[in-house]
Amino acid sequence: MATEVTVPVLGESITEATLGEWLKQPGDAVAADEPIASLETDKVALEVPAPEAGVMGEHKVAVGDTVEVGAVIATIEAGSGASTAAKSAPAPATEKADAGTAAKADEPDASITLSPSVRRLVLEHGVDPSQISGTGKDGRLTKADVEQYVKSGAKQPPLAEKGTASGAPASSESAAPAAPGNRNEERVRMTRLRQTVARRLKEAQDTAALLTTFNDVDMSAVIETRGKYKDLFAKKHGVKLGFMGFFVKAACMALKDVPSVNAQIDGEEIVYHDYADISVAVSAPNGLVVPVIRNAEAMSFADVENTIGDFGKRAKDGSLTMADMQGGTFTISNGGVFGSLMSTPIINPPQSAVLGLHRIEDRAVVVDGEVVVRPMMYLALSYDHRLIDGREAVTFLVRIKEAIEDPARLLIDL
Amino acid sequence: MTDNFDYDLLIIGSGPGGYVAAIRAAQLGLKTGCIESRETLGGTCLNVGCIPSKAMLHASELYHEAHSGALEKFGVKLSGAKLDLKQMHAEKSKAVKELTGGISMLFKKNKVDWIQGRGAFEDAHTVRVGDKSYTAKNVLIATGSSVTPLPGIEVDNDKHVVVDSTGALELPKVPGHLVVIGGGVIGLELGSVWLRLGAKVTVVEYLDQILPGMDGDIRKDANRLFKKQGFDIKTGTKVTGCSVKGKKATLTMEPAKGGDSETMEADVVLVAIGRKPNIDGLDLDKSGVETNERGQIEVGHDFQTDIAGVYAIGDVTPGPMLAHKAEDEGIAAAEFIAGQQGIVNHDLIPGVVYTYPEIASIGKTEEEVKDSGVDYKVGKFVFAANSRAKTNRDTDGYVKIIADAKTDRVLGAHIISSLAGTMIAQVTQAMEFGATSEDIAYTCHAHPTHSEAIKEAAMAVQGKPIHM
Repeated sequence: MATEVTVPVLGESITEATLGEWLKQPGDAVAADEPIASLETDKVALEVPAPEAGVMGEHKVAVGDTVEVGAVIATIEAGSGASTAAKSAPAPATEKADAGTAAKADEPDASITLSPSVRRLVLEHGVDPSQISGTGKDGRLTKADVEQYVKSGAKQPPLAEKGTASGAPASSESAAPAAPGNRNEERVRMTRLRQTVARRLKEAQDTAALLTTFNDVDMSAVIETRGKYKDLFAKKHGVKLGFMGFFVKAACMALKDVPSVNAQIDGEEIVYHDYADISVAVSAPNGLVVPVIRNAEAMSFADVENTIGDFGKRAKDGSLTMADMQGGTFTISNGGVFGSLMSTPIINPPQSAVLGLHRIEDRAVVVDGEVVVRPMMYLALSYDHRLIDGREAVTFLVRIKEAIEDPARLLIDL
Repeated sequence: MTDNFDYDLLIIGSGPGGYVAAIRAAQLGLKTGCIESRETLGGTCLNVGCIPSKAMLHASELYHEAHSGALEKFGVKLSGAKLDLKQMHAEKSKAVKELTGGISMLFKKNKVDWIQGRGAFEDAHTVRVGDKSYTAKNVLIATGSSVTPLPGIEVDNDKHVVVDSTGALELPKVPGHLVVIGGGVIGLELGSVWLRLGAKVTVVEYLDQILPGMDGDIRKDANRLFKKQGFDIKTGTKVTGCSVKGKKATLTMEPAKGGDSETMEADVVLVAIGRKPNIDGLDLDKSGVETNERGQIEVGHDFQTDIAGVYAIGDVTPGPMLAHKAEDEGIAAAEFIAGQQGIVNHDLIPGVVYTYPEIASIGKTEEEVKDSGVDYKVGKFVFAANSRAKTNRDTDGYVKIIADAKTDRVLGAHIISSLAGTMIAQVTQAMEFGATSEDIAYTCHAHPTHSEAIKEAAMAVQGKPIHM
């Protein structure tokens, strides 16, 4: 008997995901808990494990399909490969069996029922039917609804012709002037993650009064401290002492001193937080994810470094959950690891500010009337000017600069 | 557009899948060729399958009505109604000729090249026909299926003793005793033809019920109705051998579970145990395309095989071996090849048995729904309570609708009725739109029609039919 593989619970408020990739093809042998498919949600990519050992059965959804939590995406057949034996039964018997196993999962939710022409149009344009408002009976989508949606530009143009499928009449496409050499274009559907990132970034720009203030910071003291204690620290806490620990702790102190940077706008009210939940951007195979260090203000350096290390690991294996990403009162983004000299980060709504870290490089600076070489980093603070005054933003950044240049301040809260 | 190829699309086979794909591809601007080895286009369906069998079913039903005295109660008295089998065959051939001729007209109109001969791959983009080779950017395999042989039993259609479905359509005289091996669609339809024309018909089925794969209730009631008509149905019986002496055949058979064997004399034996994909002689290996353990060609959602540019549809691929499935796949494949979006809903392919009464089904059987673990409700309405059927004295059968108990969405429908094959389209369309049983119940149906039974069965899902 076949076992059904369903979409696992993805975290609070997440009800659907996009099938990113099939990791097992029908007929492949699978071990229990071996990943068989990867799903993408608004925030994370995660793998669906096989509920038991067996042989991969039918894929019930295609790559790019939207699946709901609990929906059946595939079956695992018992045993090691033999499909149902064909008897000397007349054709209809075996035919019917085929039709049965080939059947796609039932969509229990009648609200996503699409008529044939709508289904074709949705596939053709690669649009997400849940994003379109329907004018038909019971709010169902009509062909006109989808056409209107596509025409309104809410969605990028069609999903491209397939590589193999050419020979199509190109009558309507205006030909570009011919150029010598290979000039291939590839159109790839935006992943769900990318679509969400795009939407949220644009929302931030459209809503907030974004402004960025800069400063620079002399990293000598932090580098010296790290050099001095890194072995001891690693031995005692089992984790490397990095720069992020310093910046997170410095930010916590500065957020306490300048509470508006840690606040957010909710309607006509301002919500202040007496805790610091710091979102840190972490690289994941499918893009940047931003898990949250909760109550960072109460954490030790080691706690912070451990938490970040754990996020990095889980981002790589896709096991970060939605719960890990939600909330956050302030963000630290380190573009320095990629070599950025200076940038203007975008805030992560509904947060009001984001601290951008950059690369450390030796620069000539003047100290006490002398030109000296110091390891310098530019700091950027982008903030929502609706809530944070320029004075507050600058003060905040200066507090960080001071704490990093003289880490002893972190001890005595100065 | 063809680059250096002779064709954008070369189709092997002109059955309902192949010829429809050819026309759609041509409509979409592809330079299209279609290879067919028969003298006429249309494949099994038009030449020796769906169409001629329906011609014989229709004609034999008319004969039976006139001859059996069934019309007398309507005040139509006929005496001396006689069978002219030669004329019956001639009228059938005329229908086939008109329809196959229609396809060659459509090919001309759409500028599809008909390449006469048998196609075999030289490589994935080259197909040899006779001593000529044709290259194509895309090749579509639409070679269909042929009768599955029964080991130990040799079919010889020309001798008119042991025949397959093709031979059973051309018998020169009504056999005294026709034994049909296989209680599936084809055996029952062709058995019906000769039963109506006066033969004694015995159906031998290996499984314990006829019409395997269909809804359990329907199988049971169909069995009863066919027996009432005069079919002798032996289920759970295995044919173990057949010897032919002159114009007679002697079959040996034994219970499928084992036991004493018995023999049966027959004037004609019809072997109708199923059909198998046609891949012999295609030189499939040269294209790189492989078949599964059942000899079928597996394809992706776009009907492309594992080899880029080689597509397959219809009976050579998995799924029900039905002309309309092949047609829809042909259209979709042509659209994919032309860079468009094709669409076929394999969950909703209707199946029809063209006996009297007809048997039609769509979606899931009750057994399949039960196995899936979904809570469901069943609504049934018999034609004995349908005013039009009653008026026509045509009250055999019923409509059975299965709906999800929670969402009320219709999951399957099964109809036994003289008009079942036509009526099933309504439910199919409703299901394509995700209809609930209530949607059907609140749709106005003309009175008096057989279709009202569908509405009543939908009402019965909620336990409230009006006329029962």
